[in-house]
Amino acid sequence: MDWINALVQGILLGGLYALFAAGLSLIFGVMRLVNIAHGDLIVLAAFLGLTVTTATGMHPLLALIVVVPLMAALGYALQRGLLNQTLGDDILPPLLVTFGLSVILQNGLLEIYSADPQKLNAGGLETASVPVAGLSLGVLPLLTFAIAVLVIWGLQWTFYHTPLGRSFRAVSDNQDIAQLMGINRRHVFGLAMALALGVTAIAGILLGIRTSFDPSIGGGRLIFGFEAVIIGGLGNLWGTLAGGVILGVAQTIGAKIDPGWQILAGHIVFLLILAVRPNGLFPRISA
Amino acid sequence: MPDTILELHGLDAHYGDFQALYGIDLHVTEGEVLAIIGSNGAGKTTMMRSISGLLSNRRDQIRYRGGAIGSLRADEVALKGIALVPEGRQLFPSLSVEENLLIGGQVGRQGHWDLKTLYDLFPILEERRNVPSTSLSGGQQQMVAIGRALMSNPDLILFDEISLGLAPVIIKDIYAALPGIISQGMSAVIVEQDISKALSVSSRVYCLQEGRVSLEGASDTVSREEISRAYFGID
Repeated sequence: MDWINALVQGILLGGLYALFAAGLSLIFGVMRLVNIAHGDLIVLAAFLGLTVTTATGMHPLLALIVVVPLMAALGYALQRGLLNQTLGDDILPPLLVTFGLSVILQNGLLEIYSADPQKLNAGGLETASVPVAGLSLGVLPLLTFAIAVLVIWGLQWTFYHTPLGRSFRAVSDNQDIAQLMGINRRHVFGLAMALALGVTAIAGILLGIRTSFDPSIGGGRLIFGFEAVIIGGLGNLWGTLAGGVILGVAQTIGAKIDPGWQILAGHIVFLLILAVRPNGLFPRISA
Repeated sequence: MPDTILELHGLDAHYGDFQALYGIDLHVTEGEVLAIIGSNGAGKTTMMRSISGLLSNRRDQIRYRGGAIGSLRADEVALKGIALVPEGRQLFPSLSVEENLLIGGQVGRQGHWDLKTLYDLFPILEERRNVPSTSLSGGQQQMVAIGRALMSNPDLILFDEISLGLAPVIIKDIYAALPGIISQGMSAVIVEQDISKALSVSSRVYCLQEGRVSLEGASDTVSREEISRAYFGID
């Protein structure tokens, strides 16, 4: 039963990792941009949630109605004002610029919020649990997983059933020809980043409710996000969810064997999959 | 005398240090079909890329309906009513046949062409509308590329080498459909390697040679000798 419990907890944890990864996957798919600052943007969203909840007394989940639009607006401005200028045939400039952005974000957060670990208080949601078939499942992990499925379904639907999604795919296929269709790629990239950071906001708030956070933890979230994207296969959002679940299960099973192995087990499974299937399990885009 | 819809004034174009076009002067009048001929590397495609905004030029080197559009981006040019059917078709592989057509219509210009009128023109596309665009034959892909451009209801449509890589029987079909397309009040510029095809559908012809206009004339009066001199640059 303990093993089944570990397995189920891992699957649910995978929902959070899928949320970390969905934004990364989306912007890589649309504009081939690898955003090194993604983890720090997740942490930024958590801190924004902290500010909103302490200033207004709102429940952290309710604070999403403020933080999601705020992060989306930041994403659009960041893309139009900075990142669009770095995109081109060379993939190095956007890597360097987002790396710089990561450093700036970390130090900015340190300056404003200090290095003290913080936590979003969700009034008992963190510890609530429901008994399911002999297992005790946390309400928060269940909620997180449900939100992850909903977010990925929503992104998938946007991609395949709306004019905006059509523009995303067209720009991803061929930027020049997409321009000929009257699509301003800079604007479309801005919208993609807005959508990605909107998802990041959800991930940041859920992270902040689940565990304590401080300005330095962005890098770790970035790695988990990357691993979920690569395991699932580039450009496939449902694959990203599967990647998150595999990573989550590897970590909880690893922790079950030896508590010190939690993170390591995740990395090992990632490396094994990378060695056997370099394009991930369900690739849409050849790298 | 019909109005001029498009004018090029001393159009230069560069790829880095390489100059591809040298002071091209050219005009298209309302409702006419203009043919551009010339050998490989003469600058035909570069000219199409310049007009459609994929290459940026000096503002006043390209004028459309009296306005300077030389420095506009391709999406801005598309909104003004110029559509390009690019060389090599260049469909979006991630999009289905119908989505490729719909994205052409996303420009939002109203007019004769929509999914229905287009499927009347190319019925085979309606049959295959939900398949990936890459699974079509070359000729069908060319229909999608033409349809995608038409969906934006342009006033001026540019065809870049639409017969390239297609079987002769398919080329015949595509050219048979052209009069029906252009009779909707559109002006057209056709870039074509096949000189007799180009002359048969156009009213006037320009020949490019090494980035310069080497011949300009009415399609039914230019002689074979004039063309071969302009085409190959031999006296």
